[in-house]
Amino acid sequence: MTTQERPPKLIGEPIKRREDPRLITGQGSYVDDLQPLGTLHMVIVRSPYAHARVTGIDVSAARNAPGVVAVLTPEDVQQSTEPVPVAAQLEGMHMPLRHALTGEEVKFVGEPVVAIVADDRYLAADAAELVEVEYEELPAVIDPEQALEGGPLVHGDLGTNLCVVSPIGDAEAAARAIEGAEVVIKQRLMNQRLIPNPIEPRAVLAHYEPGPGTLTVWSSTQIPHLLKTLLSACARVPEQLVRVVAPDVGGGFGCKLNVYPEEILAALASRRLERPVKFVETRQENYVATIHGRDLIGHLELGAKRDGTLVGYRIKVIADIGAYQHLLTAAIPTLTALMLQGVYKIPALSGEIVEVFTNKTPTDAYRGAGRPEATYYLERGMDLLAVELGADPVELRRKNFIGAGEFPFDTQTGLVYDSGDYEAALDKALAIVGYDDFRNEQARLREEGRYLGVGFSTYVEICGVGPSSALPAGGWEAGTVRVERTGKVTVLTGVSPHGQGEETSFAQIAAERLGVGIEDVTVIHGDTAQVSAGIGTFGSRSLAVGGTALVMSLDKIAAKAKRFAAHAMEVQADDLEFEAGQVFVKDAPEKAISLPEIATLAYNAVDLPPDTEPGLEATSYYEPGNFTFPFGTHVAVVEVDTDSGSIDLQRFISVDDCGNIINPLIVEGQIHGGLAQGIAQALYEEAVYDANGQLLSGSLMDYAVPRADQLPSFELATTVTPTGVNPLGAKGVGEAGTIGSTPAIVNAVVDALSPLGVQHIEMMLRPERVLDAIQAAKGGVR
Amino acid sequence: MIPAAFEYTAPDSIDEAIALLERNDDAKLLAGGHSLLPLMKLRLAAPSLLVDLRRVSGLDGIQEENGAIRIGGMVTHAAIERSDLLARRVPLLPAVAATIGDVQVRNRGTIGGSLAHADPAADLPAAILALDAQLVARGAAGERVVPAADFFVDLLTTALNPGEVLTEVRVPVPGTGSGSAYAKFPNPASHYAIVGVAARVDMQDGRVQEARVAVTGATATAYLSAAAAARLQGSSGDAAAIAEAAGLASEGREMLEDLSASAAYRTHLVAVQARRALTEAVAAAG
Repeated sequence: MTTQERPPKLIGEPIKRREDPRLITGQGSYVDDLQPLGTLHMVIVRSPYAHARVTGIDVSAARNAPGVVAVLTPEDVQQSTEPVPVAAQLEGMHMPLRHALTGEEVKFVGEPVVAIVADDRYLAADAAELVEVEYEELPAVIDPEQALEGGPLVHGDLGTNLCVVSPIGDAEAAARAIEGAEVVIKQRLMNQRLIPNPIEPRAVLAHYEPGPGTLTVWSSTQIPHLLKTLLSACARVPEQLVRVVAPDVGGGFGCKLNVYPEEILAALASRRLERPVKFVETRQENYVATIHGRDLIGHLELGAKRDGTLVGYRIKVIADIGAYQHLLTAAIPTLTALMLQGVYKIPALSGEIVEVFTNKTPTDAYRGAGRPEATYYLERGMDLLAVELGADPVELRRKNFIGAGEFPFDTQTGLVYDSGDYEAALDKALAIVGYDDFRNEQARLREEGRYLGVGFSTYVEICGVGPSSALPAGGWEAGTVRVERTGKVTVLTGVSPHGQGEETSFAQIAAERLGVGIEDVTVIHGDTAQVSAGIGTFGSRSLAVGGTALVMSLDKIAAKAKRFAAHAMEVQADDLEFEAGQVFVKDAPEKAISLPEIATLAYNAVDLPPDTEPGLEATSYYEPGNFTFPFGTHVAVVEVDTDSGSIDLQRFISVDDCGNIINPLIVEGQIHGGLAQGIAQALYEEAVYDANGQLLSGSLMDYAVPRADQLPSFELATTVTPTGVNPLGAKGVGEAGTIGSTPAIVNAVVDALSPLGVQHIEMMLRPERVLDAIQAAKGGVR
Repeated sequence: MIPAAFEYTAPDSIDEAIALLERNDDAKLLAGGHSLLPLMKLRLAAPSLLVDLRRVSGLDGIQEENGAIRIGGMVTHAAIERSDLLARRVPLLPAVAATIGDVQVRNRGTIGGSLAHADPAADLPAAILALDAQLVARGAAGERVVPAADFFVDLLTTALNPGEVLTEVRVPVPGTGSGSAYAKFPNPASHYAIVGVAARVDMQDGRVQEARVAVTGATATAYLSAAAAARLQGSSGDAAAIAEAAGLASEGREMLEDLSASAAYRTHLVAVQARRALTEAVAAAG
C-alpha cells in the first residue's frame, strides 16, 4: 500500500440513513408533489355495495360539470384496455378477470365503476357526485366458510366460490402420525384480515407525449420494472415506449407490489387527452380499494408423544381472498404452506390450502405474506401442546428444534433451510427476559390477584425471494456499477426501496469495496429509464438478491480496473491486488494506482490494454440458488387487567438472526417497524365487515394503527448465522419483526390468564374479547 | 378527503361573527377545526361558509374571577393542559385535557369547539359536568348562561341556539376537601373515550358531602349519574360504597353499541371506570 490512509470500514457500521434528511425536511418528492404543466386530476366513482348488478350508468350530468375534461365508463375502458393483471396462477385455479372499470356486476365495496378527469381534484370530486349509477343489490357472501357451504356465489358463472385447493406434504403419513399420537391438539385459529396502511396511499401520474409516443408513469410502486411491462400490455403501449418512475415512496408493505385499475385508467386517460393525468388515493379509498392482507382460518392438528416429541402436524387453511385475484393473491397462502414446518423436526406433515372468493376487497401480499400465518399456527399450537402436556413452552420448543448441526435441512414441504442456530437465539432471549426470575415473580403476583404472562415465538421465515422458479416474473435482480470519469461512483439497482434504506446500505458496500468515501457513491433506483432491468423490493429480497447483483458488478469493476492498472504499470494483472480504492502490486505495495487515475485511463482510452473496451462500468444479473431463512425468538411480557380485559404489553424482546449485517441501524429500524405491525395484529388491528359487506373498520378512527405510546420500548438483540446462499452472507430482515411477534403476544396473554382456565383467545385481542374469554373460562357470564 | 367548495371568512369581533351566522343558514363556526374539517373532507358536512373565530377578540385567556375560573371558548386543550392556574385550582381539567387525541389535536382543538360539537365520546363534557361548570352563550339577542347539566341535549346536539357562539366556560373552584379524577378507557384507534368517567368528591369530616359522577362515551350524550352520586353522599367513601355507586352509574341509560364495544361491555366498563375514578377522587380529597 501507499502512504494513503485506509478508508474507514463501512460494511457493518451503523451509518445514519442518507435518505432521511431529505425525507424529514420535506425535500422528498412523492408522486403528489409532481405537477407537470397541464396536469389533470382523476377521481373514481366506486361501488357502495358488496354485490350488485349495475343496471344503468348515467354520466351526462358529470360530463357537463365545470372543469370536467373526460369521463371514462366501463364499456369504453373494457374495449380500450386489457384486464387487471393476475400473475400468480396455481394449478386448477379459477381466475375471473376484471377490467379497470366494472359495468355489469360489482363484487366488493370500493370496486371502480366510473372515472372522472377534471382540471382539479375538487371539480373531479364534485362531478363524481353527479354520476348516477343504478344498482340492483344482490346477496353478498362475507364469511369464507359460509361461502364454501353453499352461500351466495361471488362469480355466478363459476358455479362455486372455491378458487383453488393446494395440497402440500404427505397427507397419508400425517394422518397416520396424528392417529397414532399419544397427544393431539386440535384448534381453530383465525389469522384475521388486515389493512396495510402505508403512510402514503397509492398515487399515479401518467403522461403520454404524442410526439415521441412515450408514456411516462410515476407511480407509488414497489415494482417499477414489472409495472412497466404489465402496464404496457394493459394500456396497449409498446414496452420500449413506456417509462415507469417510482419516486420517493412512502411505504408499501406489499400493497404496492401490484398493478391497480387506477394505473391503467390514468394511462388510458393520458393517452386519450395527451395531457398528464394524476390520481391520488384518499385514505378512505385506501381502506377499500387497495389490497388487504391475511384472512386465513387454520384448522390445526398437532400430534406428539407424552414426552413432547412432535410426531405429526396437519392443517387445513381456509383463505378468504376476497372478490378477485390481484397480482400475486393466490400465491400468498401457498407461502403459509411452504413454511408450515417452522423451526421443528416434524416427521410427518401435511397441509391443505383452500382459497375462497367472498364479496370483499381482494387480498394479496402484506408484510410477512403467508409466513406470519404459518408462524402463528405452529407457535400457538406449541403453546397449546405445552399446556396439554404440562410442559414448559420453552423446553418443549427446545426439544423439537432442528439442531444447529443439521443444516442444510430438508423440510417436509420441499424447502432447504440454509443455516440456523435456533437454540442460540432462544437462549439469548431467555437471558434478556430473565425467564426463571419472571416465573417466580409471576407466581408471586398471582397471589395478589395480578395476571402477568410471558409468551414465546420461535420462528423461521423465508426471505431473499427468490429463485426464479418460485416467481411468475423471475426472482433474479440486476445491478450496475459505473465509475465515472472523476472516479465518483454511480450504483444503479433494480430493487425499489420505499423505506428500506438501500441508498445507504448499497452505498456502504460499494464505497468500502472500491475504497471511496460514501459521499462519492450515489445509488439510483426506481426509474426504468436509468436502471436497465430489475424486479423490485418485496419478500425481504433487496440486500440478499439485489445486493448480490451489486457485489457481482463490483467484482467485475475490480477485475477490469486491474487490467488497466496492469497495463499502465507494466505488470501482470495476476500480481495485483485491489483494495481500498487502490490497485497495487502484491510484492511492491508502493507501486499503486488510484481509482480516479484508472477511470481516466478507461475513459480517455488512448492506451487500452489488449482486448479491453473503454469505460469502467459493469452490469450483473444475479439468480439466487435458494431462498434464505432468517430466524429468531420473540418474547412478550404482558399484564392483563381482568376487570376490563385490557392488556398492558410491558416488555417485548426480539432476538433476530438475519445473517451478516451491513447496517445495524437499518436492521434495527426494520425490526422496530415489523414488530409494531406484528404486535398490532395481536392487539390493535382487525378489518371488520358487517353482514352486508360494508367495511366497519374503514378509517384510521376505527382501525388502530398503533402510535409509539401504544408500544413498549423494544429490547433488541441479534445472533449472526451467515447464509451460504449469497456472497454477502445476508438473509434479509424486512419482514422478520412482523412474522415472529404476533404469536408471542397471544401466547403471553393466554399464559397470563391460564390460572383462570383460559386456553385460547382469537385475534385481535380486543379487551371485550379478552373479558369474554375470562368470563367463559370461569363458566359464567359478565 | 376532498371537501366541497366553501367560502371562508375570519371576522374580528364576536358581533360580526354572530351577524354572519344570522345571515347564512348553513354557515359553520370554525374553531380548532379538528372535528369539522374531517367531516367536510368526507363530505359529511358541506357548509357554504366557514366563520373562523381565530381573530375574534375576547375568546382567549384563563383567569380566576369571583371564585370561578373563566376559560375563553377559543382556549386550546394544550393551554388547559399546561395551565398552572388550573393545575392548582381545578386539576381535573388539565388531567382530562391531557388525554385528548394527540399533541397536534390538543394544540389546535379548543374547549368551545369540543363542547359545542358535543361528540358523544369527547372527554371535556365529562369534566365540565363533574365540575358543575356554567357555559356562556352569546347570540344576537345577547348573552345567556347555561349550566353544564343542561347543555348536552342529544347526539351532537347542545342547548346552543342557531346563531349562538359558546364564548366562555366558567368553572367554580372546588373548595378544600374536594378531590377529582378522570378514568378514561380510550379507543385505541380514535383515542376518544369508549368510556370515560370524571368524578368529583367533596369530603367533610370524613364523609362525602357531595359527589358528581359524569360519564362520557357510553351514551348519546355525556351525563351525570344521580344514582351514583346519591349512593355516595353521606358515606365515608369506602370501597364498598364506591363499588355500589359505580354499579349504579349506568342505571337507566341506553348504552351505545359499535365496533369498539357492545352495549353490555360499555355497561361493564362504566362500572369499572367509575370505581377507578371515584377511588382516586376520594384519595385526592384526602
